[in-house]
Amino acid sequence: MPAASLAAVRSFVATPPALPAEQFIERPRAFAFKGVGKNFGDKVVLDGIDLEVPVGQFVAVIGKSGCGKSTLLRLLAGLDRPTAGSLTFRAEEKRGGEEQDHSRTRFMFQEPRLLPWASVVKNVEVGLTGIASGTDARQRALDMLAEVGLADRADEWPSVLSGGQKQRVALARALVGHPRILALDEPLGALDALTRIEMQQLLERIWLAQKFTAVLVTHDVAEAVALADRVVVISAGKIALDLDVPVQRPRRRGSAELARLEGTILDRLFG
Amino acid sequence: MSFSTRLHREGIGWALPVLVIAGWEAASRAGVMPANVLPAPSAVAEAFWRLTLSGELIRNIGVSTARALAGFAIGGSIGFALGLANGLSRLSRGLTDTTLQMIRNIPHLALIPLVILWFGIDEEAKLFLVALGVFFPIYVNTLLGIQSVDPQLVEMGRVYGMDRRALFFRVILPGALPAIFVGLRYALGIMWLTLIVAETISASSGLGYMAMQAREFLLIDVVVLSILIYALLGKLADSLARLLERLSLGWHPAFQNA
Ligand SMILES: Nc1ncnc2c1ncn2[C@@H]1O[C@H](COP(=O)(O)OP(=O)(O)OP(=O)(O)O)[C@@H](O)[C@H]1O
Ligand SMILES: [Mg+2]
Repeated sequence: MPAASLAAVRSFVATPPALPAEQFIERPRAFAFKGVGKNFGDKVVLDGIDLEVPVGQFVAVIGKSGCGKSTLLRLLAGLDRPTAGSLTFRAEEKRGGEEQDHSRTRFMFQEPRLLPWASVVKNVEVGLTGIASGTDARQRALDMLAEVGLADRADEWPSVLSGGQKQRVALARALVGHPRILALDEPLGALDALTRIEMQQLLERIWLAQKFTAVLVTHDVAEAVALADRVVVISAGKIALDLDVPVQRPRRRGSAELARLEGTILDRLFG
Repeated sequence: MSFSTRLHREGIGWALPVLVIAGWEAASRAGVMPANVLPAPSAVAEAFWRLTLSGELIRNIGVSTARALAGFAIGGSIGFALGLANGLSRLSRGLTDTTLQMIRNIPHLALIPLVILWFGIDEEAKLFLVALGVFFPIYVNTLLGIQSVDPQLVEMGRVYGMDRRALFFRVILPGALPAIFVGLRYALGIMWLTLIVAETISASSGLGYMAMQAREFLLIDVVVLSILIYALLGKLADSLARLLERLSLGWHPAFQNA
């Protein structure tokens, strides 16, 4: 079914010369869901999810509230175990093959979840737990803070930062350890429209530089098509639509191309 | 906040006691307040000077402080350890919490007759009472503090690969600290209260004993002096706890512009 809808959508969407999806065909898989299901008691939340994501792809996951997006992401980050099927990751180069290891996956929550009793830079250093410590960790954290534009706030308490700044610290914490996979659960949901766009651009810039695999859960269809290489729509516990976004970067917000893709997704969500 | 503004604010707090003492002195001198009911502040100051010179005052303060601290250390550390254990382990909580909550409902001073039967008027009796009195506020607030740590932060710590040790020292303990400080300050109050009662009833040294001796010889200035010193010691302990609180909870919004 996902394959069928993919073909339908591809024929529907005007295709520019280089399909981003084709860039990934040769790339190894970052992770793969194989027939993954998740129940809470009798309640079936996810049912037979098959999803293969190549290394470096930016995937957006959309769906109505309560459809299981966070659940999918929690499985990916190892916060929960699937009740059916399996989940594999690409192993370290030296070992080769695939494995079930979540340690290089980072999670960014809807809330910043900063430690109020640790300075901004100490909070970023949390992202280096088990990777670096001491002055090395501090230096790397400071570099990452500069990346998100908060170098001058390093020694302040998180409580004095604005909501958007807190989320930028959380982003720095997520990225400082150079994760292979970054799972983002509506990290921009609580921000105002302008800060949101700023954060989206920041996220895209860092993603382009670090080339991690990103899985972004969002309610905002415009955000999904603006950022992602691929949009996955979840409905009734299954993947209802798997759509490539073959638009060159940098993308212009509000362009006809993006608007058309947005329409396709909204039709699928409410049609 | 600058030193001078702090001094200013503290100064306001001291204005009322100074006024009360001045009025009291005036009333005594005018003969409105008979000396056998309440001696003049100057008489109390004289008693203070006399007992300081004889060394009796310092010795008794030393004895009482040592008792208070020893009892506090025993009761506080057991309370803290059990609070941690019960906050972190469901099994430990299941085993002990109900029992502890039952004991908590007995006012610890009601045990005085029993304690005297067990320990006589030896040091153990006072240590036991102080330790018991201090135990509960520390236990209850440590447990409460750990239970109220934001589970979202704990989950965050896990996702970022913190082991149990790191999780405890970087997330759980700092999160519980504000509540632990509430328990600490409450416990310090109970510590002095318990000690006064215990020393008044059964002791052969210490501030409470000094007051009871003075009562027998009708030295009312010494009785009043003992009470004032208890008040000062209590205030001192509370100020120390507040200072510690300010130093370690600098991140807390409540302390950022205090
Ligand atoms: N720990 C749990 N125990 C029981 N049910 C759960 C649990 N976690 C999630 N669910 C249920 O699973 C369903 C999917 O939840 P999930 O949080 O994944 O939704 P979501 O798509 O992220 O929604 P939203 O967009 O509102 O965040 C919901 O019906 C929810 O009640
Ligand atoms: Mg969710």
